[in-house]
Amino acid sequence: MAERSFHVARLPGFATMAVAVFVALYLPIFTLVAYSFNASNSMAVWGGFSLDWYAKAWANEQVKDATVRSLVIACFAAVISTAVATMAALGTTRRRAFKGQTFIYVMINQPLMVPEIVTAVALMILFGLVKTVTGIHGLGYLVLAHAAFCVPFAYLPIRARLEGMDLTLETAAADLYATPWATFRRVTLPLLAPGMVAGAMLAFVISLDDVVITEFVKSGGQDTLPTYMLGQLRRQLTPEINAVSTMLLAVTVVLLTTFFLLTRKKD
Amino acid sequence: MSRAEDAAVHRSVRNGWLLSTPALFLLTIAAAGPLLIVLVYSFLTPGQHGNVVWDFSVEGWIGILWSKDIFTGEWGLADAHLTIFWRSVSLSLLTTIFTFLLGFPTAWFIATRPPAQRALWLFLITIPFWTNLLIRTYAINEVLRKEGLINAVLLKLGVIDAPLDMLYGPFAIFVGMTYVYLPLMVLPLFAAIDRFDMKLLEAGYDLYASRMQVLRRVILPIVKPGIIAGSILVFVPSLGAYVTPRVLGGGKQMMIGNFIELQFLAGKNWPLGAALAMVLLIIVTVALLVYVRYANRDTSHG
Repeated sequence: MAERSFHVARLPGFATMAVAVFVALYLPIFTLVAYSFNASNSMAVWGGFSLDWYAKAWANEQVKDATVRSLVIACFAAVISTAVATMAALGTTRRRAFKGQTFIYVMINQPLMVPEIVTAVALMILFGLVKTVTGIHGLGYLVLAHAAFCVPFAYLPIRARLEGMDLTLETAAADLYATPWATFRRVTLPLLAPGMVAGAMLAFVISLDDVVITEFVKSGGQDTLPTYMLGQLRRQLTPEINAVSTMLLAVTVVLLTTFFLLTRKKD
Repeated sequence: MSRAEDAAVHRSVRNGWLLSTPALFLLTIAAAGPLLIVLVYSFLTPGQHGNVVWDFSVEGWIGILWSKDIFTGEWGLADAHLTIFWRSVSLSLLTTIFTFLLGFPTAWFIATRPPAQRALWLFLITIPFWTNLLIRTYAINEVLRKEGLINAVLLKLGVIDAPLDMLYGPFAIFVGMTYVYLPLMVLPLFAAIDRFDMKLLEAGYDLYASRMQVLRRVILPIVKPGIIAGSILVFVPSLGAYVTPRVLGGGKQMMIGNFIELQFLAGKNWPLGAALAMVLLIIVTVALLVYVRYANRDTSHG
């Protein structure tokens, strides 16, 4: 009998530990979500189910402003980063490797390598100078900063899509006397679209979640949802912050699920 | 090569650069370029109320390890700074080790699931990875609090009589970082184990190796690239962590990231802050270069 239960790939205790890890990974998040529905004011005692904290968060002007600001920045950042990432992906794939290509890769992936706090400080200094010189304090700085660090996230799925694309379709279009632009518009772009949507969604999620760079770049009264929450965490906590977190979590999970369905390989 | 082909290659390279230009421009003005300004600022003199005075000085760099006595004006080793560096490095190393100890069985478990289930388990690891870092850190705060989940359960079970004081300190930072960076360890480990040929295990067992021997002599050497990738992916953001120590360290137990912020806000010593940021950048770059070198050597030898 001992022979039969002996699986080569089985290492004793590994499965138990893995399941424990999954539980530990999700339990804190579930707790946080559960307390957002707590009727009691306290963060310790369960006072029954209620949606009061969502109503409170909804009525809170600061939360409303921060939400709108977060969404506006994330939309612009996603569109800009996807546009430049699509062009860069077209420029760096499907042609013979050229000198300087490594440099382009390093530049595009640079935001993944440099610690956020370093970029945050650097942008605070640079944009601070620009703000003093021009006197302009708009959301543009945040959009620019977010668009930049979203580029690698938009680039990856687009590049993957391009590399897996069948070149014969474009050759066929060219053989049928389509101009390069018409081939791009009618053949390449439609085939590329799912990759671009996936890239834009990742960029959107990444922008929506950013704390550190936003915290340093923002001018007064430009809180996004995460920086607003960071500020709140210093004060007396109420389940209102759980309600805000839960809403943000829901957006992320919905977008990610869509992303995975979009990029799933068809077997 | 004919002249026409030559021209085609030339055009292709030019188009490659042209198409990459907008991305390169955006990243130069809002990501890579500003780093040069930090370098310049690290060699300037601090202004009275923050910011800088444009006079060359290396005191920002000296200030990393030494500090000037306010009364005597003499330079002495800055113990407080060393404590912060030591805390950052030791907590990052501990985090890396623990994410590996927890992540390896997890990655192994996922890689040995039937293919149909594997995508789901991977998805479950990826969701926390993409979820807001602040929210996850806050979730850990809720678990560790005096009235939090752990204390509530332990009190109920009668293991403890009074709630444990776990929040705000190195322990809480360590738990928080292990929690938030765990997916970064699991994903590259999974990629390495997924490529591992399970027949090698059979061979090992056929040659009378014990489970421990198979793990140490067969599995670990082969998945080593994944271990190194995971370790760097965890160590680098841990060393530069800002949110987690701020939310779970309680303000007094700083790490390098918070120390840099302090110089720009309350400390009013921008050159020191800039120099510290450069040091962090240099450490991270060295770690990445070592990794690239190792990864290249590894592939060239098979």
